Amino acid sequence: MGERIGKVMAQVAMVMNLDKCIGCHTCSVTCKQAWTNRPGVEYVWFNNVETRPGQGYPRRHEDQERWQGGWKRTAAGRLKPRAGGRLKKLATIFANPKMPSIQDYYEPWTYDYEHLVSAPLGDDIPGARPRSLISGDPMQITWSANWDDDLAGGEELGSQDPIVQKIGDKVKFQYEQSFMFYLPRICEHCLNPSCVASCPSGAMYKRAEDGIVLVDQDKCRGWRMCVTGCPYKKVYFNHKTGKAEKCTLCYPRIEVGMPTVCSETCVGRLRYLGVVLYDVERVGKAAAVKEEQDLYEAQLDVFLDPDDPDVQAAARRDGIPERWLESAQRSPILMLAKRFRLALPLHPEYRTMPMVWYIPPLSPVVDALSETGHDGEDAGNLFAAVDTLRIPIEYLAELFTAGDPEPVKAVLNRLAAMRAYMRRINLGEPADESIAEAVGLAGTDIEQMYRLLALAKYDDRY
Amino acid sequence: MAQHRAAASERSAGDLLLATGLFLTRSESTEDKRVVFKEGGREGDVFYRDRWSHDKVVRSTHGVNCTGSCSWNVYVKDGIITWETQATDYPSVGPDRPEYEPRGCPRGAAFSWYTYSPTRVRYPYGRGVLVEMYREAKARLGDPVAAWAEVTTDPQKRRRYQSARGKGGLVRIGWDEAVEIAAAAHVHTIGAYGPDRIAGFSPIPAMSQVSHGVGARFVNLLGGSMLSFYDWYADLPVASPQVFGDQTDVPESGDWWDAAYLVLWGSNVPVTRTPDAHWMAEARYRGQKVVTVAPDYNDAAKFADEWLAPHPGTDGALAMAMGHVILKEHFVDERTEAFDAYVRKYTDLPFLVELVERDGDLVPGKFLRRDALPGEEPHAEWKPVFIDARTGEARAPHGTLGHRWDEERPGNWNLDLEGAEPLLTCYEAGGETRAIALPRFDGDHEGSAYGGAADDSAADVPEVGRSLRGVPVRTVGGRLVTTVFDLLLAQYGVARPGLPGRWPSGYDDASEPCTPAWSESITSVKADRTIRIAREFAATARDSGGRAMIVLGAGTNQWFHGDTMYRAFLTLLLLTGCQGRNGGGWAHYVGQEKCRTQTGWAAYASAMDWTRPARFMAATPYWYLHTDQWRYDTYKADALTSATGPGRLAGAHTADLVAASARMGWMPSYPTFNRNPLLIAQEAREAGLPPADYVARELASGDLRFACEDPDAPENWPRVLTVWRANLFGSSAKGDEYFLKHLLGTQNSVQGEEAGPGDRPTGVVWHGQAPQGKLDLLLSLDFRMTSTTLLSDIVLPAATWYEKHDLSTTDMHPFVHAFSPAIDPPWQARTDFEAFQALARRFSELAEDHLGTATDLVAAPHQHDTPGELAQPGGTAPDWKAAGVPPVPGRTAPAILSVERDYPAVAAKMNALGPLAETKGLPVKGVSFTPDAEIGWLAQRNGTSTEAPARGRPLIDTDVKACEMILALSGTSNGRLASQGFERLAVRVGTDFDELIHGSAERRVVFADTQHGPTPVGASPEWSGKEAHDRRYSPFTINLEHDKPWHTLTGRMHFYMDHDWMHEFGEALPVYRPPLNMHRLFGEPEIGPTGEKAVAVRYLTPHSKWSIHSEYQDNLLMLTLSRGGPNIWMSPHDAEAIGAEDNDWVEAVNRNGVVAARLVVSHRMPRGTVYMYHAQERMVDVPKTETTGKRGGIHNSLTRLLVKPTHLIGGYAQFSYAFNYIGPTGNQRDEVTVVRKRTTEVQY
Repeated sequence: MGERIGKVMAQVAMVMNLDKCIGCHTCSVTCKQAWTNRPGVEYVWFNNVETRPGQGYPRRHEDQERWQGGWKRTAAGRLKPRAGGRLKKLATIFANPKMPSIQDYYEPWTYDYEHLVSAPLGDDIPGARPRSLISGDPMQITWSANWDDDLAGGEELGSQDPIVQKIGDKVKFQYEQSFMFYLPRICEHCLNPSCVASCPSGAMYKRAEDGIVLVDQDKCRGWRMCVTGCPYKKVYFNHKTGKAEKCTLCYPRIEVGMPTVCSETCVGRLRYLGVVLYDVERVGKAAAVKEEQDLYEAQLDVFLDPDDPDVQAAARRDGIPERWLESAQRSPILMLAKRFRLALPLHPEYRTMPMVWYIPPLSPVVDALSETGHDGEDAGNLFAAVDTLRIPIEYLAELFTAGDPEPVKAVLNRLAAMRAYMRRINLGEPADESIAEAVGLAGTDIEQMYRLLALAKYDDRY
Repeated sequence: MAQHRAAASERSAGDLLLATGLFLTRSESTEDKRVVFKEGGREGDVFYRDRWSHDKVVRSTHGVNCTGSCSWNVYVKDGIITWETQATDYPSVGPDRPEYEPRGCPRGAAFSWYTYSPTRVRYPYGRGVLVEMYREAKARLGDPVAAWAEVTTDPQKRRRYQSARGKGGLVRIGWDEAVEIAAAAHVHTIGAYGPDRIAGFSPIPAMSQVSHGVGARFVNLLGGSMLSFYDWYADLPVASPQVFGDQTDVPESGDWWDAAYLVLWGSNVPVTRTPDAHWMAEARYRGQKVVTVAPDYNDAAKFADEWLAPHPGTDGALAMAMGHVILKEHFVDERTEAFDAYVRKYTDLPFLVELVERDGDLVPGKFLRRDALPGEEPHAEWKPVFIDARTGEARAPHGTLGHRWDEERPGNWNLDLEGAEPLLTCYEAGGETRAIALPRFDGDHEGSAYGGAADDSAADVPEVGRSLRGVPVRTVGGRLVTTVFDLLLAQYGVARPGLPGRWPSGYDDASEPCTPAWSESITSVKADRTIRIAREFAATARDSGGRAMIVLGAGTNQWFHGDTMYRAFLTLLLLTGCQGRNGGGWAHYVGQEKCRTQTGWAAYASAMDWTRPARFMAATPYWYLHTDQWRYDTYKADALTSATGPGRLAGAHTADLVAASARMGWMPSYPTFNRNPLLIAQEAREAGLPPADYVARELASGDLRFACEDPDAPENWPRVLTVWRANLFGSSAKGDEYFLKHLLGTQNSVQGEEAGPGDRPTGVVWHGQAPQGKLDLLLSLDFRMTSTTLLSDIVLPAATWYEKHDLSTTDMHPFVHAFSPAIDPPWQARTDFEAFQALARRFSELAEDHLGTATDLVAAPHQHDTPGELAQPGGTAPDWKAAGVPPVPGRTAPAILSVERDYPAVAAKMNALGPLAETKGLPVKGVSFTPDAEIGWLAQRNGTSTEAPARGRPLIDTDVKACEMILALSGTSNGRLASQGFERLAVRVGTDFDELIHGSAERRVVFADTQHGPTPVGASPEWSGKEAHDRRYSPFTINLEHDKPWHTLTGRMHFYMDHDWMHEFGEALPVYRPPLNMHRLFGEPEIGPTGEKAVAVRYLTPHSKWSIHSEYQDNLLMLTLSRGGPNIWMSPHDAEAIGAEDNDWVEAVNRNGVVAARLVVSHRMPRGTVYMYHAQERMVDVPKTETTGKRGGIHNSLTRLLVKPTHLIGGYAQFSYAFNYIGPTGNQRDEVTVVRKRTTEVQY
């Protein structure tokens, strides 16, 4: 490294392997049941899962032209909240137009279930009709937290996906060219959180010990600037208490060594939690690099190598407990993000330095390749196949690398290499080191990746 | 410069503010002032800490339908269930593979919503008008039974309450009164009509064995019928008994990991096996290739290396074409040693089949059997033969069914070839050949059934009927024979030089079955992909030692001809040596019901410890007759039979065939006779004849008739039905509207006409007016309001899964684990156990005066895995009635068995383990356990009964004690019994079983173990596979590794089925049968636009992501995550045709009923097919329909039962009956419907 190491801080971060996500929404339900099944937050899903291509929740949340979330780099290379600085916020505090309405989330409802039990003898079978949880009136259901699940709504809805609009006809809404993948989302617990910067009351803060971003329920005055400021739309307004609420990264669990609810209940076994150390003094600069496509690398550079004796010394200097240092050394996050370069940040171009990273989905790969007449089982062909994925690389690049396809390709090649490499071992053939080398890894690296991604034992995930 | 100025001005405003703030608070900050460090101020955090805190965590699970069997932690705070999360402490399955943690899906995670939901049934309810009339009659008559008799037999009163069913008007009543009415109904029915007029329905016992078992035990002690569910749900794969002689023995999901090639065929694993899907996702990382076959781009296709999308229901053609490639490339052009050795030893391919003449053609007939050869041998008619290549002589090898039941000479039922080399083919240079006629059905498509290019180009519709192809032949015992292998090659169109007949010219010849090009013309799957995948599949199987697996789902199983599809799939696995191997073989995951602790559960539920046999009934023929769906069948057997068949079923209506199957003792049939069986027993006694002789005489004279020959006569109706752990009328009832109309006698929307005179049965009585309202009492137990509870006469409030003790197992994982109550049942809810106890107690009291003790005559079908399966040698259809000869009970008719019913003692017997457990033993799959030591243990553990006639017997009067009994009496959880069973099996088989006998004796699981966590079980003769801490369960590994035969005619896995009826329907060999042509059979419109703004579409009902299994459609969380109500998925093309957009209200109508739903338009759907996901009920957000003005129906309002006659076969080897083992499926996927956009505003 060579550079002076600034103040060392620890962050509890998450990686989700989208290549394993089955889109089951168990995470959403367990999170909802544990945290937000109460009045005022009926419409709130700290954790939600989106089908992509799709509009997500709230609707088109990635449309920053409209919602003005995240940071903007000024011509002078400084960052300011896209929605405007503090003065502007103070000026507009009573009228915030840049906020999704309840209809952009969805109008929560229930049904007249009681009628089923209590209906008097009539001339037809009783039914329970929907009723708004906001107004209490009967309603027709036209949107939900997951309305376009599994490509529901097809082109009519999918064409409104901001990424689809950006990359144009690379996405086809046709039977033969169908593709989809799932994107579970929680608060990113950013290193450079624009929600915190947006709060006029100083009610939002990032915990020093683990980086969890929280709303102080006592201090919150309900200005809702955080809702606008967060580009991921992961701060919500409790319409009953009049305060903001958000994913807490299950701190009451994290504090006692338990994984978050969404992680532990993830039946696809795709979530990893771990500690990363970073140099807090480098964050501002990294978040402000000129080119959006350099943000991914810049963010990786902020992470400190916990095996580096200088880092260890600096960490001890800054009061990082020994156990946290050990955790950082065993961190699956560091391995997946930095060592194997499999996990990528979500929308780095928002410049918030998100701390929930994703391994992009590989599949289906041979399908596309075999159309060209190649043998998909051949390791050499696998790499060629990545270019002909059903899921357009451009789509993934817009999500994870500000549009740069190369890092995405590199990840998918490594995943493909792992399959090819392990298939030989599976069939009792000798390991082929050249497969690993082709993606810049050693066979032992592949075996470690395999251990983490395939075996994915509980103790290795968290 | 301008830029610089702008930056400076920003700095002046923002930084000034920041700097001021920092100064005021004196906080530490980073140099760039981006971060400010503060101390304290965390008081606001306390809200979430409080929210997380709880008083206790209780382990439980969800107990119905779902095969997940996941262990859940239920959180309780202040005595209130708050939420649940999955347990993660499953025992490790090995350091080299993923684990089972966490198991559970969003449906399970949303379950606790029900506990306090507004749809919770909190109190007992009765139908208001019924309760009113009952109270009045009881007050007047002074007796509950007399009151029930009056209300149900007075036509006006009867009509009044029956026609009120489902229309609201339920009133709260007390437990005592509810139980009294139900008990009186049972007593009255037994006395007035017979115990077999009582039925119980409760599915999938494996997932809550005591909750199921307690009600079944009650019904069985009365002599009522427990209705099957597996076949009824169309989850039962009939090919399984046909091919394996075993029902759904499949690998645990952990064994997917071992597969090197995985085909997901009609199985959307992420949705339907959510907690298991990770094995598939992860196994890809060790190089497993995943191929998904599905008509839509579904959740599983997302993971697939290849997605094949054959037109719905044509999967069989694709599999046949893959079989063509494998046969040609691995058995004809080249010989793959491993495959060759496997099929010779483990399949019937080398066995000889006689060729016989029929209508001028030579056709395959029966297996050549030992009795065709010179010399005597016991059971020679049950010993098929092959030619030993060493000697050229035909011989019957060990291991046939004739060896299995030869009690005199045990030790010969094995697969040891004793050096013999079974000759696979009769083909030899210059050898004799013959042309034979083989059936083909591939021309029977609906004309415009499918969109897509392939169909449009398929101009040459092949002739329906037969192919003429040659086989090499030999003459053995004076008969012309060939091998099953030679027949298979002919059937698959794999040519060899010198054989006569028409053969395809190559893979690209679409004119002849079963080439890849032929498949393409049917399925639209490109021939080159079919070839490539077949090659990969076989090569992987070869290179990995059989580790290629096909995961099968409802998408392929639930078709009318799902069994033929399955046989085509199994062919791929058997030819490549994958079955019986870890990581290989079939993996059928559709509503499986694996009670790992099989024997213990069966003993408990069937009450076989007190009385045998139970009246277990195949539900499909039961509902087919009793809901009068048979009256709407407008086609005859001829519509389905083969041009190459014997043709003896010409003109037969399906109801005729159902009746014949009952007469011949193939299928069970309850109510059995048109008289009360208690009365018949009395008559026999008076006549001084043994009951079987008396019944035979009465039947022969025509004085006694089978009830199924006149299902509409009032004396033959079912009278009392109890439904628990189930939602029959809102979910599984195929032909739901017919249930409402004829069984319940209430409002319905049946749209079609009954069969005209020419289409009616000849052997089943036709009443001019079909009855409406057969059932006297519909009793349900549930914790939520469903269509079933709304339609019920009495509703009892049940405890949820988090409020009771029970046991759960599944085939998906190797553990048994417990339900434990997190809270007591709230309000007036009771566990199923307590409810049935109350019912039994009150029943017994009322029975004192009204019933006493009686002899009951039970008609039992020929039973599989007993010598009963030797009833009808040669697989004929000995219909004594048609032949005009007297029946022979136990041979040509069901066995007639006397059973003593001590009705006042029912409660005492329910609560104690009876003596037959040890005196007669506990049978399971042809082996018997003697649980003498266990009875002693249970007596000490549970205490003993003080009540006659159970005095001194171990008590099972609590749910926990019943759990303990189940665990003690199964070999999987009690190694002593497993060891004992293996020892006995070894005697019969005669091979080395030492590993199994000695490997398990120490294992003993008690209830407390299962409460602590999921506990592994072990190998037992109850199942065909081995399992241990280092061995994943895979079926038939015992067969392969210990030379134990399959439970079939030859003792091998069967490609060939020589029963008469299999020939009739052209299914002796695997064959492609297209989806039913509903236009031709029922006059439904052909698929495609049907005029303005309407389209006729294939109507499929796959399992939903947002309900089903452990969860139901009414759950608010699930509705919120989906679209809030019933919907139909449609392709953009079809939506355009009806002028509808996403979320528009539509109406779907066919002859069976009417559905109102919203449209989901998606390009992931193929044209011409819609999905209405399973178990969408009529209760949540369902408006009145435009068609009827009444509330729309459930997803099964558009389906109906279609009985496939070959599923009725019995009395013959592996075709013999067993409960949930074989029987007609309630298939529903061949259906079509017309969908149109709603034009008027919705009304509720």
